[in-house]
Amino acid sequence: MLSSVDFDTLVLTFKVAGIATLIMLLLGTPLAWWLARTHSSWKGMVNAVVALPLVLPPTVLGFYLLVLMGPSGVIGKFTSWLGLGTLPFTFSGLIIASVLYSLPFVVQPLQTAFAMIGAQPLEAAATLRASPLDSFFSVVVPLAKPGFLTAAILGFTHTIGEFGVVLMVGGNIPDKTRVVSVQIYNHVEALEYSEAHVLAGCLLLFSFSVLLILYSLQKSPALAQPPK
Amino acid sequence: MFKKSSLFLTLVLLFASPAGLAATTLVAVAANFSKPMKEIAAEFEKATGHIATLSFGSSGKFVSQLENGAPFDLLLSADEVGPIKLERDGFAVAGSRYTYALGKLVLWSAIPGYVDDQGKVLITGGFKHLALADPKLAPYGAAGLEVLKGLNVQDALQPLLVQGENIAQTYQFISTGNAELGFVALSQVYENGKIATGSGWIIPAERHAPIKQSAVLMIHGAENPAAVALLTYLKSAPALAIIKKYGYGQ
Repeated sequence: MLSSVDFDTLVLTFKVAGIATLIMLLLGTPLAWWLARTHSSWKGMVNAVVALPLVLPPTVLGFYLLVLMGPSGVIGKFTSWLGLGTLPFTFSGLIIASVLYSLPFVVQPLQTAFAMIGAQPLEAAATLRASPLDSFFSVVVPLAKPGFLTAAILGFTHTIGEFGVVLMVGGNIPDKTRVVSVQIYNHVEALEYSEAHVLAGCLLLFSFSVLLILYSLQKSPALAQPPK
Repeated sequence: MFKKSSLFLTLVLLFASPAGLAATTLVAVAANFSKPMKEIAAEFEKATGHIATLSFGSSGKFVSQLENGAPFDLLLSADEVGPIKLERDGFAVAGSRYTYALGKLVLWSAIPGYVDDQGKVLITGGFKHLALADPKLAPYGAAGLEVLKGLNVQDALQPLLVQGENIAQTYQFISTGNAELGFVALSQVYENGKIATGSGWIIPAERHAPIKQSAVLMIHGAENPAAVALLTYLKSAPALAIIKKYGYGQ
């Protein structure tokens, strides 16, 4: 069954995914809102940058981060200047890498959800003298609930499944950067197939259950479309 | 009549190449041996007319693939664990396994003058990260750990260890400066008989168990003349000279 070391990697993985998802929702919401409403000529550029991790091989992203966050990289110099040291091989570095890697999975569903709401409900709220912030929280957020749910679940599960990026910037440190995908890979490489099977089984079961819940909820008409 | 003779000619051209019986062999090569093996394959082709097609990767992955029917004729592993297992489980030709090179370990830093030629830096410390290939997966990692144990610094340095999945990744950690120093294969930093950049301590062989990089002939390649010839060629003087040039022992 699960050894305590393997159990620790599961706990760490959920911690990374949870924190990263929170940060992605906080960053992704304003970003998606802006992308859904703006007519700025920067829109295409920002969209492309956010979507890059979808198409780049994770090891490429990981290698860039390793170089950028390293002592001679731009980010590394900045964090050293702040007195934080460099980020590779740390829990914070892993969170930053995960956020960048999974951000499109959070931004894109939110952007679609915001775009579907359209301008009308907001104009109606404005005629009732609701402040922009008030109308965002009392009109947009409830209407975009399915989008938030999809964004959170995809961001979380995608972070759990990440491998290439962690492999590059993690350094395989127990309780800090050794996540479950790396542990499974190591078991396979060490020809410890039974341990790999148990851990992989846990991951498969979890990911499937979450996706099943997500798509079952989406089928119910109340969540599938924002009320008209 | 004309048709028949042209068919015959085609067959002759197909099967009778200049070297008599030129064949092609597919070889799985441990990533750390890629540079010397490319050179050896080129020489092998010149000498015999046979062609060796090389595939580079981690030994552990190759073993899993070979157990599941990967069509390689030869495995040049980074250790002897995989070849022993393949031989025992009947995937490789019994008795064909031998050590083609002894891996040399180096404590290396990308910073010139950082590592002294006695490795005293491991005792004086002052660094934040020491990179090492995962000792469970990579023989060079296991050897590095042995060196730390021998110097009695393993417990003190344990919190500073960062592990690469293989020595190529470990090299990356060090070359990008994210780890100040670490253990890699000498072949990764060796050029023209010396360490090409940065600074390093070439670890004396008696400080760790020998890293026996072993080759084995797969059942799949037992009947392939090119595979058999390559296994013989690896033991020839020109091949041994190339292996030595890249910082391996014999």
